[in-house]
Amino acid sequence: MSKRIVPIGPYHPLQEEPEFFKLIVEGETVVDIEINIGYNHRGHEFLSPSLTYDQIPFLVERICGICSNSHPLAFVLAVEDMAHIKVPERALYIRTIVHELERIHSHLLWIGLAGHFIGYNTIWMWAWRYREPVLDLFEMITGNRNHYAMNKVGGVRRNIYHDQISHIEKVLDLVESKVSMLTKAVLDDPVLHARLKGIGILSKEAAISYGVVGPTARASGVAIDVRKDDPHCAYDKVEWDIVVEEAGDIFAKAKVRLLECFESIKIIRQCLKNLPDTPIEIRIEELPAGEGIGRTEAPRGEVFHYIRGNGSHHPVRHKVRAPSYMNLPSNEVTVKGHSIADAALCLAAIDPCYCCTERVAVFEDGKLKYTWNDLLLFSWKKTEQIRARLRK
Amino acid sequence: MKDLRLLALKKSPWVFHVAAASCNNCDIEILDALTPRFDVERFGIVLVGSPRHADALLVTGVINRKSLPRVLKVYEETPKPCLVIAIGTCACDTHMFKNSYNVVGPFDKYLPVDVYIPGCPPKPEAIILGVVKALQKL
Repeated sequence: MSKRIVPIGPYHPLQEEPEFFKLIVEGETVVDIEINIGYNHRGHEFLSPSLTYDQIPFLVERICGICSNSHPLAFVLAVEDMAHIKVPERALYIRTIVHELERIHSHLLWIGLAGHFIGYNTIWMWAWRYREPVLDLFEMITGNRNHYAMNKVGGVRRNIYHDQISHIEKVLDLVESKVSMLTKAVLDDPVLHARLKGIGILSKEAAISYGVVGPTARASGVAIDVRKDDPHCAYDKVEWDIVVEEAGDIFAKAKVRLLECFESIKIIRQCLKNLPDTPIEIRIEELPAGEGIGRTEAPRGEVFHYIRGNGSHHPVRHKVRAPSYMNLPSNEVTVKGHSIADAALCLAAIDPCYCCTERVAVFEDGKLKYTWNDLLLFSWKKTEQIRARLRK
Repeated sequence: MKDLRLLALKKSPWVFHVAAASCNNCDIEILDALTPRFDVERFGIVLVGSPRHADALLVTGVINRKSLPRVLKVYEETPKPCLVIAIGTCACDTHMFKNSYNVVGPFDKYLPVDVYIPGCPPKPEAIILGVVKALQKL
């Protein structure tokens, strides 16, 4: 049978973001896939060194609208690592609370979209309706429904006041009961079993060799979680478990995400109960030269930020690695061999976020201008020049 | 003839969502406006799958070099007259990405924008208000 190409995107009703998939199909079966992104590239790593350390959290939270606490958190962790700053306890707890609220809202969002992708709009409407109370909590705690601007170097910007705590707990009870209803409905539904089980399987070996992170890895039986492996904020002071599933299919991914919502609720409850009575920030006079890394577990997996500073109030280099960058190549394994009808769901199963993932590539006349070898040559040339200058 | 077409545009506008280079938040808030809490579908506002079916384009994000030709193509394919509604500060004036090498400008440099909805992201209430104002303009 001859091969044909099915293009999806860049503007397609199934996609939130512009991205372009080229599915190479034989009949109904997908045999190969090409992913073309770059429609979202805005040059954050370029803009970041022109801003001060206090401004950058606002920039990096706009890398992605859904992980808009993870990126600033990873950034401030990197700066605090660079300057060896010890953050007050209460700030750590507040960071944890906002981070876990973000996880609940992000996972519910994914469940909704997954329902939408298979034409099961009831799930979409349900999940997004029960996400609204979480967004209201965000509005109360941080002042905005999205883009919370909570993190700053040395602490957080807003406090959680005593009279807010009972309200937050009340909303958490509501969210927990609704999410448990949704979880039971999703895990019991025969239609969802038929559509999600055995589809888009990522085996444990493939998950390790592709280096996938977050719920994508945990659904394939790889128990990695930055919150456990490298405890930051208040994650080592609360009790919670990593949710791991062995199957590796989309059903397992959905299950991991739904069950993680309950763990998040558990973490937030403990944090609210043990909220220490300290200031929420410390004043920082000066940031030294040096480099630091910050990593945290975003809803999609590990977010990594690297900062190098020269003692001024701008960083010299800021490097970001978002989870989708690791998860995206695994689509190669999960999509192949399935029908076109399952392809959209398989592509969405990693909870992709393309605006986190964008990297720059220079094209001229339809061809990549700088390949790896060209970059190597540039690098060698520069070393030669420096060597020649030093010899003089 | 033109008045009749504008009159037809007023009732139950179908919208197509164009994300140029956005951070997803405005896009999610647009979808949020469709879900039960705000539920704009009861007024006949439906998100459609093709620009050829659309009465209004909801544009979000800054335009970058790669998305510019695609955005113009989408606008070309939309039947005229159509409304262009810029959602979010990025779409209105490029926000904090003004100095980036890859950003070519806000939407009103390339398309005739009818309504601006600032905010990062604007709340669903603001988006609904913006669409209502766009319809009142007709």
